[in-house]
Amino acid sequence: MAKPIDQFSWQDIPLGCVVDEPGNARAYKTGDWKSQRPSVDTTKCIKCGVCWVFCPDAAIYKTEDGYFFANLDYCKGCGICARECWTGCITMVEEEK
Amino acid sequence: MTGKRIGMEVSIAAAEAVKMANADCIAAYPITPQTHIVEHLSELVADGELDAEFIPVESEHSALSVCAGTSAVGARTYTATSAQGLALMNEILFIVSAMRLPVVMTVANRALSGPLSIWNDHSDIMAARDCGWIQIFTENIQDVFDQSICAFKIAEDRRVLMPTIVNLDGFTLSHVVEPIEFPSQEMINGFLPPYRPLYTLHPDKPLTMGAFGMPEIFSEARKAQDVALRNSYPVILEVWKEWGELTGRRYQPVEKYRMEEAKIALLTMGSFSEVAEEAVDRMREKGTAVGLLKLRLWRPFPFDEIRQSTKGLEMLVIMDRALSTGGVGGPVCSEIKSVLYHQTKAPKIASFIVGLGGRDVPPEQFEEMVERALKMKGKKKIEDFTTVGIRG
Repeated sequence: MAKPIDQFSWQDIPLGCVVDEPGNARAYKTGDWKSQRPSVDTTKCIKCGVCWVFCPDAAIYKTEDGYFFANLDYCKGCGICARECWTGCITMVEEEK
Repeated sequence: MTGKRIGMEVSIAAAEAVKMANADCIAAYPITPQTHIVEHLSELVADGELDAEFIPVESEHSALSVCAGTSAVGARTYTATSAQGLALMNEILFIVSAMRLPVVMTVANRALSGPLSIWNDHSDIMAARDCGWIQIFTENIQDVFDQSICAFKIAEDRRVLMPTIVNLDGFTLSHVVEPIEFPSQEMINGFLPPYRPLYTLHPDKPLTMGAFGMPEIFSEARKAQDVALRNSYPVILEVWKEWGELTGRRYQPVEKYRMEEAKIALLTMGSFSEVAEEAVDRMREKGTAVGLLKLRLWRPFPFDEIRQSTKGLEMLVIMDRALSTGGVGGPVCSEIKSVLYHQTKAPKIASFIVGLGGRDVPPEQFEEMVERALKMKGKKKIEDFTTVGIRG
């Protein structure tokens, strides 16, 4: 149901702009405006998952071999994961680099 | 008290209407500039006469925020305020209408400070003019009661779902005792069905209300809201017609008094209309072909009715109870001028700013305005607006 927002006519808008499809933010790349992104040094990572716990946007996912990475389509670049990481394996890097 | 004319304070009657409408939730800030409306409602709830949640909060901003929440979960929701209280609600006014929550609110119209004032004029509601609510004006106690009941039915109609403000003049109405006739509870139960919301916040069916809108969608959302407010117009007429059939009291967006053969007409809103009627009677006795137009529905604006009812007039005398400082004078007058701009034979318009901050306007002053307007008629240039009864 979710379609790109620039394709909604005014008649398409649900009453009161209600979003009646839970979780449809997934259909939009909500993280395309970040200025920094997390970069993970897997040699230092202990796979504790604290970054996954603290990510306010649930943008961090676990790989099959147990590491944690941010899905950059949704990550806003807030840096909380880097701040909370116990081993310092996450650093925030400028988005343009 | 059914079917019998009794004397009652207008604020108490407004509260009794909310009781008879069986509101589920009332959130209000109970201190100045509040009226007896919510005080009486708190008593009705405490005494078990009304089965509702009464939520006293710490500010009007919070009052309307609570109303947004309770309306969003499907409760019939009511609040009342005045002047600075309405100003403090301003942020939430726009949010409630954008979310299409059918909250009903009474505004006892009072001057916005300063100078610090608690008396009547329309500067509070005019400052909130574009908030997206349906806005109705009343002129006496019976009006206030009837419109309060109708407001719930209009607001909650599936074709409308818009918050609604019932305006009544602070002090001039809110604190005076007037005669009123109450309909029976059975009649109101038959007229006003229980509120059946289209969307509610409920864990069984999660949804998001009040999401943000990117520039790609904001204009479309505003357009949809504007069209919806305009589309409430026929439903308002339908509800008033049904109420008229039940009670014999028929309401119109623009009501006419002695407009037959009138060449000049006064235009008023709110309780001034009754004084203006007296002035019109006096002037008619003296042979002046004057009538009165009473603007009841302020939003959605009754474009066609204004055009129709001003046809054939030579002069329209518009009274504003608010002053757009540094601007075009009175908000009512400027809107009516806009509506009539494209008419080929629009009447000339005299704009008067009167009765600010509780200043009384006796019938003689209405006559004075008509006399001054008649003198303006022949002149090439008419002042954009002028004030009445101001010393100096």
